Amino acid sequence: MNRYIVLRVISGLIIPIILIFAFYIQFHGEYSPGGGFQAGIVFAAAFVVYTLLYGLEAAQRAIPPKAAHVLSAAGVLLFAAFGFAGMLLDGNFLEYKVLLPNDQAAETFGIIGIELGVGLTVAGVALTLFYSFAGRRHDR
Amino acid sequence: MTEHLPALQVVIALTAAPIVMLLNRMPRLAWGVTLVTCWATFAVAIMLLLQVADGSAVHYDMGGWAPPWGIEYRIDGANAWVLLIIGLVSAVVMPFARRSVEQEIPADRIGLFYSAFLLANAGLLGITVTADAFNIFVFFEISALASYALIAMGRDRRAILASYQYLVMGTIGTTFLLIGIGFLYIMTGTLNLGDLAARLPEVTDTRTIRAAFAFIAVGVSLKLALFPLHLWLPNAYGFAPSMVTVFLSATATKVAIYVLLRFVYTVFGFEFSFVELSMTWVLMPLALLGIVVPSLIAVFQDDVKRLLAYSSVAQVGYMILGISLASALGLMASVLHLFNHAITKAALFMAVGCLVYRLGGVSLARIAGAAERMPWTMAAFVVAGLSLIGVPLTAGFVTKWYLLQAALMGGLWPVAALLLATSLIAAIYIWRVIEAAYFRAPPDDAREVREAPLALLIPTWVLTAMTIVFGVWAQFPISAARNAAEALLGVPQSW
Repeated sequence: MNRYIVLRVISGLIIPIILIFAFYIQFHGEYSPGGGFQAGIVFAAAFVVYTLLYGLEAAQRAIPPKAAHVLSAAGVLLFAAFGFAGMLLDGNFLEYKVLLPNDQAAETFGIIGIELGVGLTVAGVALTLFYSFAGRRHDR
Repeated sequence: MTEHLPALQVVIALTAAPIVMLLNRMPRLAWGVTLVTCWATFAVAIMLLLQVADGSAVHYDMGGWAPPWGIEYRIDGANAWVLLIIGLVSAVVMPFARRSVEQEIPADRIGLFYSAFLLANAGLLGITVTADAFNIFVFFEISALASYALIAMGRDRRAILASYQYLVMGTIGTTFLLIGIGFLYIMTGTLNLGDLAARLPEVTDTRTIRAAFAFIAVGVSLKLALFPLHLWLPNAYGFAPSMVTVFLSATATKVAIYVLLRFVYTVFGFEFSFVELSMTWVLMPLALLGIVVPSLIAVFQDDVKRLLAYSSVAQVGYMILGISLASALGLMASVLHLFNHAITKAALFMAVGCLVYRLGGVSLARIAGAAERMPWTMAAFVVAGLSLIGVPLTAGFVTKWYLLQAALMGGLWPVAALLLATSLIAAIYIWRVIEAAYFRAPPDDAREVREAPLALLIPTWVLTAMTIVFGVWAQFPISAARNAAEALLGVPQSW
């Protein structure tokens, strides 16, 4: 990798920006195009770039395949937790109004919460898919 | 808590899926959680069926958004009945699954396997419970994607090809469904099934709506394996792991038939479907061909699993035949057959699962002489086989009886005669299995085998006993099916 100085410098510049952009899409998805799905994909894309340049092992040191698994399950559970929270607070499943006293704040809180769940799951699943394609020869 | 039952019906399994995935290291625990989830789902299905037994409907607004803007879950006699079928089969198949899955699936994937199973289960429940057309499509995809993964886990490497075939056909099917739903949305601006039904009459005489109907009918027919769109089914059921075959054969096609009924009766309405577009003359020839041709193919199969899979295609033909008769009695016979065929075919595939567990495969050559060493397994196969043929005192007989009545009431005596003739074909292919297992000597290189373990036998016999119980004491399924038919027709009938 040391030989490709252009790639190294550019990737060093661009990967942090991709990651931050993923978070921007994640948390601004309520007001502008975007949301959890897109954010998760963009986040995973940063790791794809990193893997292409530095190899699978380096990427898996940052987020091991196990962690990607847990991430994808945790996202769904976060989503479901918001759903059940509405149910426990005398609302319907996924009803955000009841989560906080202020209706508007509650709706924002609810949608950001479930979108975070979507983002985690999509990032986890996209990474898992990529890892299993990239790491085929290793397992079986 | 009872007002949340419609949401819980889907959400319990959907939430349990990631938990089970995280338990991948502990296969036993993963199985236990899945078992409890399936039983809870079954309990919810029973409670919902009791709630709508008086002909009422249960509504649930997802996220507190009122329909038609929000997604509505709506349960009436028709989908409560289908929910019960899914709940029952998953609740009975899970005790069976533990030993069978431990043998057929690599230990490091059992948790993932059960996770996919729960997703498939939740998807099927979701399709059934929702009253939102787009939601139906989404849940179709959830259940289908999970099913592809489940089928591909079969031990035979051809399972991957079978799964891929199913993926291609299933995707075409759901895409057609989506195109049809899109057309409906363009013309009416709504996705809620009840709202669609109210708004469609204004625009019904347009090419877009007729195209939408065609797309939905063909797309769903692919999913329910209506002849000649059944080509994915024999391989998918034939190569899938035993437990998956049991579950999918008893539920997947049934749910697709429910969706067809929902669109034909509730959304488009009887007038449009049967009078204006003459659904009868599309469905009836296909149903009759679908009964005769796959039955004949089944006679020449050498693998018991594939034989039963072809028989499933023929049984779908019976259900579609009942619908095509366009009478309340025919509809009720079809809806009744959803249940009776589900328990019969699940019992048969479970018996096959027992044979696979001990013998490693179920070609007719391999099961030769198996009855001597596995008497209980083969006895269950014989009893459930009788129900498949439609012998009196079994569940299969009850539906054949109503189908015959409906055909005769429609003045279609050739159809009635054909029904009886095809029962004989069923007798032939079931007999081929019985002949091999009971009257042939085991092959020389046969392994020494014992009876299947009780963990497999008990669930098999629970379903086998049900085929008898609901053949003798048919009052419960008949009244539930009548209730379901009334919910679809929208008017009380005098039975």
